[in-house]
Amino acid sequence: MGIFELFISAIFVNNIVLAQNLGNCPYIGCSKQKSVALGMGGAVIFVIVLATIFTWLAQKYILVPLNIVYLQTLIFILIIASLVQFVEMFLKKAVPPLYSALGIFLPLITTNCAVMGATLVVQREQYDLLTGSLYACASGVGFLLALLLMAGIRERLETLRVPKAMAGTPISLVMAGIMALAFMAFKGMV
Amino acid sequence: MIITSILILAVLGFAVAIMLGFASKIFYVEEDPRVEAVLEALPGANCGGCGYAGCEGYANAVVNVPDVAANLCVAGGAKTAVQVGELTGKAVTESDPLLTFRRCDKISGKVQKRYTYQGLPSCAAAATLAQGSDVCSHSCLGFGDCVVACPFDALYLKDGIVCVRENICTGCGKCTHACPRNILELIPRRARVAVRCSTTDKLRAVMDVCLVGCIQCGKCIKTCPAGAISMKDNRIHIDQQKCLAYGDECELACVKGCPRQILRNLKEKQCLLPPVEEVQQTKTEENKPVEAKAE
Repeated sequence: MGIFELFISAIFVNNIVLAQNLGNCPYIGCSKQKSVALGMGGAVIFVIVLATIFTWLAQKYILVPLNIVYLQTLIFILIIASLVQFVEMFLKKAVPPLYSALGIFLPLITTNCAVMGATLVVQREQYDLLTGSLYACASGVGFLLALLLMAGIRERLETLRVPKAMAGTPISLVMAGIMALAFMAFKGMV
Repeated sequence: MIITSILILAVLGFAVAIMLGFASKIFYVEEDPRVEAVLEALPGANCGGCGYAGCEGYANAVVNVPDVAANLCVAGGAKTAVQVGELTGKAVTESDPLLTFRRCDKISGKVQKRYTYQGLPSCAAAATLAQGSDVCSHSCLGFGDCVVACPFDALYLKDGIVCVRENICTGCGKCTHACPRNILELIPRRARVAVRCSTTDKLRAVMDVCLVGCIQCGKCIKTCPAGAISMKDNRIHIDQQKCLAYGDECELACVKGCPRQILRNLKEKQCLLPPVEEVQQTKTEENKPVEAKAE
């Protein structure tokens, strides 16, 4: 699979939110405003690439040689969580503007299943390091796309009259479902 | 097998813990403990009256930026200003307690309806539909966008017009931004006069729609000895600081001079709504001099 197909596949066909149903919590929680959606999406792209690189190295040099691949999930969680903590501290010291831009989103990503899911898919598909990080980056872009689309719709929705029982999260979940259906149209493209 | 996996996980966890521990030392960012202290002293309502995004934003600014004054918190008032001043070592000039004032008296003015509005119960929405349902396009629409915006519950709706609980209002100014028609204005609590109409129309156009509308004759501008009254954004604006600085010497020339009693003597009556009979009475004696009223 070429790099172009990899990108198209990760962004549209196998969109991490809409096709694989990962990361639904920030998808609903951080999609009220476009600016917040952009911040969260950017932070996820950043972390997902870093996490993929580190978990790939851990898989290759720790899990496989020691023959403990069955501990993969547990160790990946450990690595991602500590990595996010580390990155947060590092950014606070070294790049304060980036920290204030991503700041509040980074702790949210610590336990984000989209990040976890992407790292596990990279292992399942047995990508090499470069392809794996490219795939992770594309997944992050797909996440950002889904979040932005949702935020755009929800900003419009603010001005509409929604029946009281449906207002807020219920209508968002319905829209998420309809968007997932729409993205099914991409199935079979790659 | 179990022991190896436990061992490996423990070792990994330990390694990560040590790494994070060192990282927190290496990347430690000096945070001013005063920020926390100032945050404690602030009311924590996050009203934004100070001009910063919430209390934390202001706490950061007041500690780190030398030019930011310690008395910007309108909700906390003098007590908070003194505390913040002590914590940051800044001289405190007591903040002038503010109050929100409704520049509309459409009930006394008997403003008629142009049509019946049956839409979203929000001023912002109502104002966009052909300038609102009142014949005056600068009236209080009475759906209470400001009531929703008020973090202190100081506003309420009465007879389709918004009223201020003056003892509760902190003067944060949230309501002034929520109002689509710019009717609410912040004035100092000790203000002597205020304009109770916010129209930008003139003369006949105002007289036709409202009994107590400002026709913008400009008489007050000429009479004010302090030069505190001017036209700003096409409506009468009182520079309250100038007005208060001049003092009572003028004996409220503007209030006496106003042919339609748009300028109110606030010392006399803090109530924002005069009784309806009073207005009817004034209508009958419309052409008489108004000195007696203004006293």
